[in-house]
Amino acid sequence: MKIQVMGPGCAKCAEAEKNVRAAVEEKGIDAEVIKVTDFKEIAGFGVFATPAVAIDGKVMVVGKAPSKKEVMGWL
Amino acid sequence: MSENITEKKSTGTGTIVLGIIAAVAVWYGIYMQLLPFSEWFSYTLLKQSPESHLGSAVQFFVYDTPKVLMLLLIVVFFVGILRSFVTVDRTRKILAGRRESAGNVLAALLGVVTPFCSCSAVPLFIGFMTAGVPLGVTFSFLISAPMVNEIALVLLYGLLGWKVAALYFATGIMIAIVAGWVMGRMNLERHVEDWVMEIRAGESGLEDQQMSWKQRFEYALGSVKEIIGRVWKYVILGIAVGAGIHGYVPEGYLAGIMGDSSWWSVPLSVVIGIPMYTNAAGIIPIVEALLGKGAALGTVLAFMMSVIALSFPEMVILRKVLKPKLIAAFIGVVGCGILLVGYLFNAVI
Repeated sequence: MKIQVMGPGCAKCAEAEKNVRAAVEEKGIDAEVIKVTDFKEIAGFGVFATPAVAIDGKVMVVGKAPSKKEVMGWL
Repeated sequence: MSENITEKKSTGTGTIVLGIIAAVAVWYGIYMQLLPFSEWFSYTLLKQSPESHLGSAVQFFVYDTPKVLMLLLIVVFFVGILRSFVTVDRTRKILAGRRESAGNVLAALLGVVTPFCSCSAVPLFIGFMTAGVPLGVTFSFLISAPMVNEIALVLLYGLLGWKVAALYFATGIMIAIVAGWVMGRMNLERHVEDWVMEIRAGESGLEDQQMSWKQRFEYALGSVKEIIGRVWKYVILGIAVGAGIHGYVPEGYLAGIMGDSSWWSVPLSVVIGIPMYTNAAGIIPIVEALLGKGAALGTVLAFMMSVIALSFPEMVILRKVLKPKLIAAFIGVVGCGILLVGYLFNAVI
């Protein structure tokens, strides 16, 4: 599983990454968490507000940092 | 079966609406007690005279802090409900293919209610460009979003009354519309970084999901927590500085430097304001105190607008997508708009 966290590096983006990692760890699943900071790549997802999270290329949330609980629901 | 579901849904919504009405009633009851409480606290309990420096500073602080925080609570909540209906993606679709003029007006208004944080300015800019939103219309949005902000509106209303708040709202929107329109006329498209124009944006990533009222309610509560959690320190700090100025700086002291008699005070306050980085929550209590000591309203509003609309960090972020000339044009056009507003207020009031 590949999880992409998109964001240039503001506080909310860091929070999104932290919650995603915590959720992956708690679920104990084998997932690769990648931070995407390149705007071209972010636009390629059709994402125009950050933070955003995609799982295996499918965008799950845009414009807000998901809570750990939310992320666990997606996994 | 389907009837049952509708019924269930409406009871849920009904409970939420009733809960909100009850909460607003309680809120109002407490709010009305703030002034008598602050006077009792400062003059009876602490035995300070209303005329003394300390007495008036303490009363100012004890009254304004809970008042502003309570106003923020209620306004941020209802703006949150409003925002649950708008997303960046929806805004982008609404503005796509708009002609200028009407597009500028719409963009300025949407800028007020569309939720996005400053680090989203670049993805948002790309999103607008790739959707074919004209550059000038995009700028109307980018100017009004930080300039006309609900926190600033609350603080101005709470500390200076509805007239100043309404003037700020109206002139903020006007600057966004006119500045965006002027920039559209300047044919600046080639000053957008080349890679932006080459981007082929993917189809919008997340389908629009219909939110239930319960979700909107939770979204609004979440934004209350997030925003108040972030700004309360600045509000208190700002009000404390304001209280100090209110109690100790003599009346009319600032009339000379920030008054309306000197033509250079407006441009000077804009020039000082641009590199300053603070948010509305920190600056407005100080604005109030400055006004009380004889500073002119236009000068002070120009200062405030340049602080919140032309912040240096935002320019650094936008530099990723805009060439320096376009950034300069942006600062120039918005700066001129703010100058005009400053002079206008000084002349009228």
